[in-house]
Amino acid sequence: MSTVEEPTTLSTGAPSTGSPREEAIEVVRVSVPRRSARSEYRAVKIVWRREIIRFVNDRMRIITSLVQPFLFLFVLGGGLQQLSSAGTHGVDLKTFIYPGILCMTVMFTAMFSAASIVWDREFGFLREMMVAPVRRSSIVVGKALGGATVATFQGLIVLSLAWAVHVPYSLGLVLGVIGIQVLLAFAITSFGIMVAIRIKQMQSFMGVMQMVVMPMYFISGALFPARGLPTWLTVLNRVDPLAYAVDPMRRLVFSHLQISPAARHALDPGLAWWGWRMPAILEVAVIAVLGVGMLAIAVIEFAATE
Amino acid sequence: MSATATRAIQVEDLVKRYGEFEAVKGVSFSVGQGEVFGFLGPNGAGKSTTINMLCTLTRPSAGHATVAGHDIVRERDDVRRHIGLVFQDPTLDGYLTALANLKLHAELYGVESRLVLPRAKQVLQMVGLWDRRDGTVSTFSGGMRRRLEIARGLMHSPRVLFLDEPTIGLDPQTRRSIWGYIRQLQQQEQITIFMTTHYMDEAEWCDRIAIMDAGRIVALDSPETLKAGVGTDRVTIQTDDNAAAIRALADEFGIEASIAEGHVSFGVPEGETFVPRLFRGFSVPITGVSVSRPTLDDVFMSYTGSTIRDAEEDPSTAKNRAMMRMMGGGGRR
Repeated sequence: MSTVEEPTTLSTGAPSTGSPREEAIEVVRVSVPRRSARSEYRAVKIVWRREIIRFVNDRMRIITSLVQPFLFLFVLGGGLQQLSSAGTHGVDLKTFIYPGILCMTVMFTAMFSAASIVWDREFGFLREMMVAPVRRSSIVVGKALGGATVATFQGLIVLSLAWAVHVPYSLGLVLGVIGIQVLLAFAITSFGIMVAIRIKQMQSFMGVMQMVVMPMYFISGALFPARGLPTWLTVLNRVDPLAYAVDPMRRLVFSHLQISPAARHALDPGLAWWGWRMPAILEVAVIAVLGVGMLAIAVIEFAATE
Repeated sequence: MSATATRAIQVEDLVKRYGEFEAVKGVSFSVGQGEVFGFLGPNGAGKSTTINMLCTLTRPSAGHATVAGHDIVRERDDVRRHIGLVFQDPTLDGYLTALANLKLHAELYGVESRLVLPRAKQVLQMVGLWDRRDGTVSTFSGGMRRRLEIARGLMHSPRVLFLDEPTIGLDPQTRRSIWGYIRQLQQQEQITIFMTTHYMDEAEWCDRIAIMDAGRIVALDSPETLKAGVGTDRVTIQTDDNAAAIRALADEFGIEASIAEGHVSFGVPEGETFVPRLFRGFSVPITGVSVSRPTLDDVFMSYTGSTIRDAEEDPSTAKNRAMMRMMGGGGRR
């Protein structure tokens, strides 16, 4: 099939008014190629770009999604400092919860990004994407990557606050934190998309957020050391996927701190299964596997919707 | 080229069931290339379900169809590459500009990069929105959005353009202008247009129309032929006792009348000469009368026994619609 025909010109008049608006319109004929890796790549890219464009245009969202981490870090962290100073062995409480806040920022931004699928459904745009001659999986992957990018960007803003909570910068710290954030952002976005595909209304999605995401966050050990807890809480903590992101993040941050062994022992106990402390690399792998698994479920679900 | 390629759309015994409920009960028709073909009928008649099947959005329960020469079940992707869609509900991204919406569409459809901007310019000029290309869609009026959706549907040079209720919810003046655009585009782009509407006056714009009622096609021809086929003028009378008037019409004149929109209505060959006769010898007092030439409304009425508005108010169709929505197909969602 030819891609372009000879450009011809013709004139048009606005039919509503009937006024002879003689404007030459150049006729351009295009064709839609058969599905290929390249067309799927273009689809992933444009869906990804759309997420970025919407985020950048929405300054309000950039600011509001930073309010919560700031509250936790400076208000809660600063306020509870006086109560907890005995137990933290001289470590600032803000420093202790900082790794948890790094995770939190990424997590909430990623969930909100995934919510865009619900908006797209409500405002009809989802349909435009569903009828395009591309794989549904390309759309889901584009969304997941877009959400992950946006969430990581928010995480970087919080990362830049390390000086305020007495965490020294180093290349290793920055790269490590970004690495975990990217992975966490991707996993949470995939989770969010998996949930969002089933949900038709924004209110319900917000409800799920409250029901699932908040408990997951509190149980993860982002705000307390995951040791010496009541048994029920220990069990919940060990099965909470988010705990496997918080723990390596805390290990990473604490490895850059100059603190007493007693403080390290009390504040960074790690996730242990029957006394065996999981290596960080395994914890990170858990997040990666969960992320990929949930993305796969999202793809299957999305392909099945009519 | 195969034989089916000469027809833009070829449909044989297409059926769609949602559980027990049969939304489309076996329809067959074909649409020629370059034709403007209209599907007319009340809400819940099965128009949207049929269009969704032809667009590969819904799988048919039985039957076959080809669009642009490709099978709608076995060659879904090929069908999608060659059709443009404008839905009854808006599907634009309100946060993006008009041009960005078109570019996004072009990327999803894999339009060659260097042609994206020239093509976008052409389709935007065709619907008179080129000057507004950098405007955010959320600031556009209903008519502008609809024009933009039509432009977007044409962005990838489809061979068949599907328009599902393209003018629903628009004021009469905007509707007229949208129709002007559609006819003009059809000539310039030489494409086939398949559309649904439940506005009778709009069906006049089509080359041929199919009247659909309760999941079946009850009539299919050009608007002129269909109107000529009715052959009678429509007389509507107002009385204080409609039931008595209908009985009296049957007894005294042998005419079968029905109630449409609260008035007694019937068809007679020559309305002007019949009305004086009616007034001379009718037993029920008449408070008002009107005589009209056949319209598509009458065509609809002669095939379905009710006006399109009455058909929509029928609780059974409302139930069907609710059911279809529940099943996740058709309807307004």
